[in-house]
Formats: sequence, C-alpha cells, structure tokens
Amino acid sequence: MGTIQNKLEGPVTDELTLVQAAKKGDDSAFEELVRRYDRNVFRIAQHITQNREDAEDVVQEAFLKAYSNLAKFQEQSKFYTWLVRIAVNEALMKLRRKKPERTVSLDEDIKTEDDSLPREIADWSPNPEQQYTQAELREILSKTIQGLPPGFRTVFVLRDVEGLSTEETAAALELSVPAVKSRLLRARLQLRERLGRFFQKRGSGNGDGKSGDGEQ
Amino acid sequence: MKCSEFLHELTNYLDGVLDDTTKVELENHLSWCHNCYVVCDTTKKTIEIYRDSQLYELPENLRTRLRSAIMAKCQQYKKRGPESV
Repeated sequence: MGTIQNKLEGPVTDELTLVQAAKKGDDSAFEELVRRYDRNVFRIAQHITQNREDAEDVVQEAFLKAYSNLAKFQEQSKFYTWLVRIAVNEALMKLRRKKPERTVSLDEDIKTEDDSLPREIADWSPNPEQQYTQAELREILSKTIQGLPPGFRTVFVLRDVEGLSTEETAAALELSVPAVKSRLLRARLQLRERLGRFFQKRGSGNGDGKSGDGEQ
Repeated sequence: MKCSEFLHELTNYLDGVLDDTTKVELENHLSWCHNCYVVCDTTKKTIEIYRDSQLYELPENLRTRLRSAIMAKCQQYKKRGPESV
C-alpha cells in the first residue's frame, strides 16, 4: 500500500521576488501573488466557513490584510504560509460571528486516544466515488466534511487538500507539530468513517466495535 | 505491532515519513490484520477522494471579479490609508 503524494502546486521559486517588489509598492507584483493563491485561499475559506459568500469575503479580506501588513511580513517564512494564517483567522472569525453560541477555536480539547478508534470496519467498493455523479459526490464530500469540528477540518484541508507540510500547517495555525498530527489522524479517521456510509460494499458487514480482531 | 500501535502510526505511514523498521512492522501487521488493512486502505482513499474532488473550485468569472475588488481596495488603502477600506 503506497503513501499519499501531496499536490503542492505552483512555482515557489520567485515568490520572494514578488513579495519584495510588492513591498516596494509594485502593485502588479502583488496582483500576481493574488493570482497565484486566490484559488487556494478560496478553497480553504469555503471549507472552514461552509458558505460561499463568506468565502468570497474572506478572500478579499485576507488579501487586503496581507497587502496592508506586507511591511511586517518577515521573509524567513513563506508568503503563502503567512497568507494562509491570515485567511484561516478571517474564516474562523466569520464562523464565530455566525455561531456565537458555539466555541469556534483551533484549540478544541484533545480527548482520549480511544475516541478515534474506528468503529466501522466494513470495506468499500472498488472506486466507490464512481457510483455517484460529480454533483452527488460533491454534495456527499461537502456534507461529510461539514460534520467535523472546524479545528479538525482546517487541519485536514491544509494538509490533505492543499498539500501543506505538517510543519507549514503547524506554522499557519500556530499549533505544535504533535497537535497537527493528532488532529489530522482524527480528522482522517472520522471522515473515513462517515464516508463509509456512502462507499461501503453492499452487504458487507458492519463494524464489530473495534479494530484488531485479525483475519476474519 | 498491536492494532492501537498501527493506528498511532497510520498518519506517519500514509505521509511516508515512517522509519524503515516501523514501516516493516506496520506492513507486517497489515499483512495479517484484515481490519487494520481495511482502515488503512479506506483512509488512504478518503484522502485521495478529497484531494481529487475539486470541491470549491473558484469559477473564472468570480475569480476575475474578486481580483478586481481586491486590487481596487488595495489602491484605496494606498491612497487614503486604513480608514478607507
């Protein structure tokens, strides 16, 4: 079984050149940075806010904030990681305003390890996503990820959808590397379990309560 | 390796950052523990499905509109300062 390959896209070689030009007042350089990262920021924002209009606002606010704080940007880190941090904060603020009754934080309690033990072990059909139309699949994926706490889905999106490294994710979210790893594991396992309802083999067994009974 | 240890290492395994000894132990566990094999396989598929889903792609017309709005606000900020935007 192979490992997951990240899809880190986009040239990063001259990012610093663009940032330095933008800092000196070259707006076309800043516009190029917008062009380079707007899709990523939009995806991240919509994953967190789960609302398209909010995501549009977050994209605008995040880039404007980056523009107005560019002088403060320390060039030791990547501009993209810094931008993601701004966008995540903006997106979480939107969520907090909408759901003040719920705590929206990246610092949710880490419960015991046991709560992430898989309960559902049933195998999936081969190429399960092909059982659905593109629109149905998007609906399933969107609804499924909405069920995760914001702190989990943010880590999952940055690591597994956007392809940031664990260290970059930790830097962008101001979390420790172990905290990112712990959330990522739980996010992946929870999504797997929820998707299983749609993707498991017809007639295949339900979970037996825990992993680890060996070959059946 | 026990099932709980497998789970603990699952993320490192899928991310390809396990040391060789642990990787061998984990793969040995997967070779006989069907449940852990299924968990590993379906977790990997979960990640791939989300990664390849093109969920929340930014349509080109919206993209152009957003970029114009951003640059207009930046210009405003430059001319009139933080209070203007």
